[in-house]
Amino acid sequence: MGYTLNFDAVWRNFDHLLWGLGLSLVLAFFAIGVGCALGLVLAFARTSRSRPLAALAGLYVTLLRNLPLLVLVLFSFFALPQLGLRLSKQSSFVLALALYSAAYLAEVFRGGLLGVPKGLREAGLAIGLTEGQIRRRIILPVMLRAVLPALGSTFIGLFKDTSLAAAIAVPELTFEARKINVETFRVIETWIVASGLYVATCSILAALLRRIEARLAVSR
Amino acid sequence: MNPPPSFLDLVWLARWPLLYGLGTTVAISLLAIAGGTVIGTLLGLALTYGNRFVRIVARAYTDFVRGTPVLVLVLASFYILGTIGLDLSAFQAGVLALTVFCSSHVGEITRGALQTLPKGQTEAAKAIGLTFGQTFRYVLGPQALRLSLPPLVNTGAEMVKASTLLSVIGVAELLLRTQEVISRTFQSLPFYLLAGLLYFTVNFAIERLGRLVERRLSAA
Repeated sequence: MGYTLNFDAVWRNFDHLLWGLGLSLVLAFFAIGVGCALGLVLAFARTSRSRPLAALAGLYVTLLRNLPLLVLVLFSFFALPQLGLRLSKQSSFVLALALYSAAYLAEVFRGGLLGVPKGLREAGLAIGLTEGQIRRRIILPVMLRAVLPALGSTFIGLFKDTSLAAAIAVPELTFEARKINVETFRVIETWIVASGLYVATCSILAALLRRIEARLAVSR
Repeated sequence: MNPPPSFLDLVWLARWPLLYGLGTTVAISLLAIAGGTVIGTLLGLALTYGNRFVRIVARAYTDFVRGTPVLVLVLASFYILGTIGLDLSAFQAGVLALTVFCSSHVGEITRGALQTLPKGQTEAAKAIGLTFGQTFRYVLGPQALRLSLPPLVNTGAEMVKASTLLSVIGVAELLLRTQEVISRTFQSLPFYLLAGLLYFTVNFAIERLGRLVERRLSAA
């Protein structure tokens, strides 16, 4: 049986795909926002002098990095209500993705924190800044600039991971593509267009991030 | 008048489906890792030593696969292969998708490792009359393997996590079996935790095994 490509049905539903793509990006943004905050706390905990605190943060990172994201997503949506925490599909997905990404971001930030030269802290102390000021005004900005590339690739990874929201029927790009696939039977066309959208978005994001990095680059 | 069964009773009742699921998960992962390593190594060689045309094709393949979410690869493989008349089971289509995913990662890892090896070694090997195959077998391959072992172990754990996505196309691996058990027992919370624990154990074992091999190799 010959198969002739016919993209008409996919183009008719293209706006759905675009809305899905938009939702994917929004989910990734929220997830990396929450994930960064949590990851930063975890990184400070892991590099802190308090042994139990460092161990606890280390445990979180090891645990979350070795769990499949889909298990977290399903757990967050189906099991948390049993604990009395009822979230919408979108929020429970963002929660799962944020908890997951925090484990990776904690490692990124930890590496960044360890890379900040010790002299900076001493210099801050010498000019009379408090520990809090040193952390906020000196260490964080230096560290953030150093980890920007890793942060960028984490974001792109999260954007791709938003496809798992389809498993709990969040109408993001993969969910919409699957719907078009099932409704129109234009199987090959649907998946070519959907993965094309993902690949294109990832490339655009990567190019954007490179530009931001170039602008913030430290001249050495 | 019987008391309701405890969670442990329920786990005992569901032991066979869960164990079969775990076995399927391990089988999927092993097949995908094996296939992905073979294709990925060739891909890495093509990316490093191929002529212009080969490099462009290999780069396009790698970038396309890496820009597409794994779930989209799985769904596309499952739906498209049937449409073009290749009658593969969900298991086979899923393993194929994961193999493709794995190969793109191994390809990049191999390329990265090969590129860090000094050029002089290839030239020296050529000078003493080794063919390219011999150069790779005796000079470049072993060093590249040692360099790429840590990220390869990571990819292995990544594949175990990605195998959960096959539940979406109906492959009865651990996660789908867990969901089936939950739909009978309504105990979503403990059974998702159990599944998480099992996945964690498998990945933790992989990580430990990887470290052991690493230490052996560096001691040698």
